[in-house]
Amino acid sequence: MNLTLKIWRQKGPQDKGAMVEYKVNDISEHMSFLEMMDVLNEQLVNSGDEPVAFDHDCREGICGMCSLYINGEAHGPDRGITTCQLHMRMFNDGDTIYIEPWRAAAFPVIKDLVVDRMAFERIQQAGGFVSVNTSGNTQDANALPISKHAADEAMDAAACIGCGACVASCKNSSAMLFVGAKVSQYALLPQGKVEAADRVMNMVHQMDLEGFGNCTNTGACEIECPKGIKLTNIARMNREFLKASIKG
Amino acid sequence: MSGILSSSIAKKVAMALSALFLIIFLLIHLSVNLVSIFSEDAFNTASHFMGINPLIQFGMQPILIFGVVFHFVMGFVLELKNKKAVGVSSYAKNNGAANSSWMSRNMAISGFAILAFIVLHFIDFWIPEINHKYIAVLPEDPTRYFHELQHKFVNPLRVGAYVIAFVLLALHLLHGFQSAFQSMGMNNKYTKYVKRCGKAYAIVIPLGFIFIALFHYITQLS
Amino acid sequence: MAILDSKVPDGPIKDKWTNYKNKIDLVNPANKRNIDIIVVGTGLAGGSAAATLAEQGYNVKAYCYQDSPRRAHSIAAQGGINASKNYMGDGDSDYRLFYDTVKGGDYRSREANVYRLAEVSGNIIDQCVAQGVPFARDYGGLLDNRSFGGVLVSRTFYAKGQTGQQLLLGAYSAMNRQIARGKIEMFNRHEMLDVVKVDGKARGIITRNLITGEIERHSAHAVVIATGGYGNVYFLSTNAMGSNATAAWKIHKKGAYFANPCFTQIHPTCIPRSGDYQSKLTLMSESLRNDGRIWVPAKIEDAKAIQEGKLRPTAIAEEDRDYYLERRYPAFGNLVPRDVASRAAKERCDAGYGVNATGEAVYLDFADAFVRYGKEQAKIHGIHNPSKEEIVKLGQGIIEEKYGNLFQMYEKIIAENPYETPMMIYPATHYTMGGVWVDYNLMTTVPGLYCLGEANFSDHGANRLGASALMQGLADGYFVLPYTIGDYLSDDIRTGKISTDSKEFDEVEKEVNDRIDFFMNNKGTKSVDHFHKRLGKVMWDKVGMARNEPHLKEAMAEIKAIREEFWKDVKVPGDANEMNLELEKAGRVADFLELGELFAKDALDRNESCGGHYREESVVKEGEQKGEALRNDTDFGYVSAWEYKGEPADAVLHKEELEFKDIELKQRSYK
Repeated sequence: MNLTLKIWRQKGPQDKGAMVEYKVNDISEHMSFLEMMDVLNEQLVNSGDEPVAFDHDCREGICGMCSLYINGEAHGPDRGITTCQLHMRMFNDGDTIYIEPWRAAAFPVIKDLVVDRMAFERIQQAGGFVSVNTSGNTQDANALPISKHAADEAMDAAACIGCGACVASCKNSSAMLFVGAKVSQYALLPQGKVEAADRVMNMVHQMDLEGFGNCTNTGACEIECPKGIKLTNIARMNREFLKASIKG
Repeated sequence: MSGILSSSIAKKVAMALSALFLIIFLLIHLSVNLVSIFSEDAFNTASHFMGINPLIQFGMQPILIFGVVFHFVMGFVLELKNKKAVGVSSYAKNNGAANSSWMSRNMAISGFAILAFIVLHFIDFWIPEINHKYIAVLPEDPTRYFHELQHKFVNPLRVGAYVIAFVLLALHLLHGFQSAFQSMGMNNKYTKYVKRCGKAYAIVIPLGFIFIALFHYITQLS
Repeated sequence: MAILDSKVPDGPIKDKWTNYKNKIDLVNPANKRNIDIIVVGTGLAGGSAAATLAEQGYNVKAYCYQDSPRRAHSIAAQGGINASKNYMGDGDSDYRLFYDTVKGGDYRSREANVYRLAEVSGNIIDQCVAQGVPFARDYGGLLDNRSFGGVLVSRTFYAKGQTGQQLLLGAYSAMNRQIARGKIEMFNRHEMLDVVKVDGKARGIITRNLITGEIERHSAHAVVIATGGYGNVYFLSTNAMGSNATAAWKIHKKGAYFANPCFTQIHPTCIPRSGDYQSKLTLMSESLRNDGRIWVPAKIEDAKAIQEGKLRPTAIAEEDRDYYLERRYPAFGNLVPRDVASRAAKERCDAGYGVNATGEAVYLDFADAFVRYGKEQAKIHGIHNPSKEEIVKLGQGIIEEKYGNLFQMYEKIIAENPYETPMMIYPATHYTMGGVWVDYNLMTTVPGLYCLGEANFSDHGANRLGASALMQGLADGYFVLPYTIGDYLSDDIRTGKISTDSKEFDEVEKEVNDRIDFFMNNKGTKSVDHFHKRLGKVMWDKVGMARNEPHLKEAMAEIKAIREEFWKDVKVPGDANEMNLELEKAGRVADFLELGELFAKDALDRNESCGGHYREESVVKEGEQKGEALRNDTDFGYVSAWEYKGEPADAVLHKEELEFKDIELKQRSYK
């Protein structure tokens, strides 16, 4: 198929940037979206232009590196996948495809489609851990039974890949699904409960400092999340936050 | 403590609490208004009771005004903060409809429209009422309320504005009702009932107000 | 030979590690504050090492090329992590895990290292649970185990199909805690481009800031490399696009010996290539082989018709199907080890029986499993005389529970419903057992330079068992290196800060800058990928699953030729002082072009078939095992450690003879 691409090009963080149009031809429907981008880049390199910079790494939907806003949706029109798992059969011959970086004040553009997600790192550093030494001299792994239900629910929350699609899809650029998932994972497990109050306070505080917006429960994040992280995690974070605030 | 209150989640919760308060108030307001359909006397009695009862006048009324103002100001503050969080660049193409409802994305618009209506409402009812009781100090007539009410629903334009405002209120509530519960951390096996209840509330209450407006308009047509 | 001293402690194998720990020198807590350690790579090995070293009190500087340590490719491991906990009470023990690992590695790993790995494996699970890793549990609340990779016990712990992700996030969280405390200084989007030696010891690295392009100097008392494997030398592999061998290759060029490069694992259950544009291959957990049966058409005309898209696999009658694994290996059937399954698939496809348009795929069919599980379910639910459709439906439900996410992933990629038509699979490069040579302390042949995880060679021999990579990465990082590095650093407590203002740093930085300048100024005509694909093709065709002398010699010559052409004709657009993905790739491919040649040279030297390395010259000549791999312990019972001498072809071989005191050497047989 032949496609018209409208891609955000921005030389560096200070550059203003603009949408630029490209054409690619003979794209196979079996290609992944990023392989289509590879074709474009090979074309650009061969014609002496600079290829389009975009983040990607594992190309199997787990590392969370890829981050494109395709035709007005994070990770494109398909559901439950990342951009690298999106295939060209989702598009038709002659389509025009808009490709943009995540947009949020807390995710400044580094170059073209690459954004800086260090804000997520700092939120995790504020409390996304259990304060246990890695000495190995902890208690036996089976010393503390955990209900299967809690373990499974914690796993569902822990499946977050930190890609930032939630922020990108949110009309308020809110990071609450991301933070809620981490808070939930630990709040559900006895190992994490010990410092649950400090964790939620610190992580939410850092999230606010980073300049993410406030959740208005539109639910867009849940729909666009490639890993199906549920809104219940935000509710749980709210609850944990209230509990922690009341206890002081 | 002030640190907690300034946090994003505390603002959400405050928004939700004020919303629930207003949701309860709407229910009471509608109940009293509905009386006007069945009995002129009963409506006058109820209105007069509310009008002179000091607990309501000096207790509930300021709380209500505070509630409305708070919900609005907080909503405005959050909207500004969220706009800032989005940043200066916006998407060339954004397909919001793919992942969220129009109502949820436009709470600020429906909210502003409702606010405009409340201003109109104040000009219509509340300011004359305050003027009557506390400024001009006119002689009290316990039967005046029903006629004042009827008088407002003569002009079809006003009735039209009234109806539109309540449609927007319905849209606001369709998202707002269950959203308030989510903000307060409630999302569990009961959520589906909360959602159903919210939908019913969001449709029935505004419909009730619209019905009353149309009722008084039509009954006065002849 | 003195230089290849493995430093394995004396004594019985069970006591080596304990005795060793009792005797080594330690650095006292106050002195640790004065010591800096560089950790390059933040996957399971690097991430866990950085966190533990920081916790012990060292000042750690950690580097990754991604935008976060959480992106390291350890995250993609699906199946699980082994540990000899014996929670299932099925007779597992440290010894049995050790035995399975050495045997699985076809007796080409170092006994003492493997025993230590088995010994600390249980602790890994304790550690991860304490960190809040949500392992799967049973209804009683205890940890669940499954069997994996054809071993006789259930010792694999798992977190859905995302075990690697959860373990990495555990290590990442431990790192975050130390970053917040200021004990780890994290350098995201930084790539190590060379190591700096001062007085023969590793004392620092040169990095490029991938956002600004700035070349930076970083110094430390010791340098730890944990940058993963070199599978991307094949261009197509299950590795991440950015996975590279630059750090490992650069230290090799600075004196670290490179061991067993030809030991590479080709994983049998990957989604096949669909065309020339393919950028990477996707792995599906080998647990699928527990329930799927592998086959190709028995008649060549059927295979041709399928390749041309004229025939559906479901239309082929049972008797016209060749279940070649069951046919060749009746004892293990579809559960033969990875290397055996991969070669058997290649053998059928080379003979023309492959099943997709490229002719490079075999079927993995669940139809029998649907019926088997369906009948069982019908009994459980008390359904009498169920129809065939009902049975299949019930059975599909069970398969969906077990592998639903894999089936969904397959359907997204191939756009065929695997519940209706059999899956297509083909082998793909997955893991590299070879790597930088290290001694028992995980130190390379350069003092103060350590190497962990997939990047080193030590534990998996010629073939890695399933669910053992995660175990090794975390064992090295959490429990081995933090001890062994202290022994070395105890001499450095009075050294003081290492200055980056020295002629050694000047020289290496200049080398790095010269290379970047070359790329930016070369007026070439071909993209980096062009060369990488050509290298990959040579590697796959001639140094792939089956190797022979003429092919390997050709491969060496061809790789050299591609390398020479690369340096003449490569084109790198953009600027050096900004984010430049082509420049990053150019540096990595340049190193692969050298490594590939050494890889072929090593494969040429090792004229025996063992584990993932199969030499057509070394097979059983007659009898029941005819055509199967034949190991040669007399002539090749050693680790090949290569010393860099300028050109890869000139590398000098040093042999570390392997001793097996606690295990009897046997030929593998899966008949």
